[in-house]
Amino acid sequence: MLKVSIYRYNPDRDDAPYMQDYEVDTGGKDLMVLDVLEMLKAQDPTLAYRRSCREGVCGSDGMNISGKNGLACITPLSQCVRDNQLVLRPLPGLPVIRDLVVDMSQFYAQYKRVKPWLMNDEPPPPIERLQTPEERAKLDGLYECILCACCSTACPSWWWNPDKFVGPAGLLQAYRFLADSRDTHTEERLAGLEDPFSVFRCRGIMNCVDVCPKNLNPTAAIGKIRQLLLKSGT
Amino acid sequence: MVTNATSFSRSGLSDWLLQRLTALILAAYTLFLVGYLALHPDLDYAAWARLFAGLPMKLFTLAAAVSLAIHAWIGLWTVLTDYVTERLLGPVATPLRLALEIAMILVNLGFAVWAIDILWGV
Ligand code: SF4
Ligand code: SF4
Ligand code: FES
Repeated sequence: MLKVSIYRYNPDRDDAPYMQDYEVDTGGKDLMVLDVLEMLKAQDPTLAYRRSCREGVCGSDGMNISGKNGLACITPLSQCVRDNQLVLRPLPGLPVIRDLVVDMSQFYAQYKRVKPWLMNDEPPPPIERLQTPEERAKLDGLYECILCACCSTACPSWWWNPDKFVGPAGLLQAYRFLADSRDTHTEERLAGLEDPFSVFRCRGIMNCVDVCPKNLNPTAAIGKIRQLLLKSGT
Repeated sequence: MVTNATSFSRSGLSDWLLQRLTALILAAYTLFLVGYLALHPDLDYAAWARLFAGLPMKLFTLAAAVSLAIHAWIGLWTVLTDYVTERLLGPVATPLRLALEIAMILVNLGFAVWAIDILWGV
C-alpha cells in the first residue's frame, strides 16, 4: 500500500491547514500521481484539486509533489515516491482556496502585465503577416508554455515580490513577444521592464528551469531580455 | 514599470551593471592587496605608508571604497526589499524598511567619506 500525505484545508470548516494521510493500493503499477488522486477522490469525495486534460497540455494540475513542483498527470510515482511515501501540497506561495486548489490571480496579473499579444502598428497585409522559417524558429522554446505556474511558484524571488517581479512564466512570455519579428512594440515593452524589480529581481537561482514540466528555460529567456535592455539602454 | 525611490540608481539596468562593475573593481583591488601582502612578508609601517603615498594607489583605493559603498547599497537594498516587506512582516514593515534603508545608506556614505579622510589625511 502506498502512503499518501495530502495538504488539506477548507476555509469554511478548518481553522488551519493540516496534512491528512491516506493509503492507496496501486497494484504495484507505476501510475501517474493524478491517477492516485483520482483513486483517493473515489475514497474521499471532499478532496479538492484541479485537472482537465490528464496529459500535460492544459496546465491545471500543477502542484508540489514530494517537494518539487510538477504536473500530477505526467509525473510517474517512480519519480516522486520515496520510502513508499508520496507527499502532495498546493503550489507554494499562492493563497489556498481549498486543499490543492490555489488562487492564481497574482500569477495571471503578472502574465497580463507583459501584454502577451502581438502589437503591430503597420497596416495588416491582405492575408497574413509572414515570417521566415528562421524568424519563426526564434519562438521555439517560448510559445510552448502552458501557464501551469510550476516555475513562478518555485522561484524565491517571486515568493517575496509576486506583485513587483514578473516571475519566470511572465518573463518567458515577455521574451516570446520581444523575439517575434511581427511585433513592433519592442521599445515600449522594454521600457516597462527596466525597473529594479520586473526583470532584475531574478537572481539566476534556476528553480524555474529545474521544475518546468515542458522543459522550457525561463532563465535563458530572462538573460536574453537583459541583453535587449542592455542594447537599448546603453 | 515598478518604481522605487531608495534603490541606488532607480534603474534596474544601471543597478545591475553597477553591481557587476563594482564587483570587478573590488576583485581587482582584493587580488592586488593579497598579492602585495604575499610578496612583502616583513611589511613595516614605512613601506605600507609609502604604498599609499602615490596618487595612483590613492585613486585605486578610493575606487575600491566607493565601489564597496555602491555594491553594498544595491545588495542590501535588494535583501531589504525581499525580506522586510508587508507580505512577510505586516504593517510595521514599511517604516522599518525605510529606517533600515536610510541607516544602510548613511553607513555606506559614512564609510566612503571616512575612506577619503583616511587616504588624504595621512
Ligand atoms: S532563475 Fe530567476 S526566475 Fe528562475 S527561479 Fe531563479 S530567480 Fe526565479
Ligand atoms: S514556463 Fe514551464 S513551468 Fe513555467 S508556466 Fe510555462 S510550462 Fe509551466
Ligand atoms: S491535467 Fe492538464 S496538465 Fe495535468
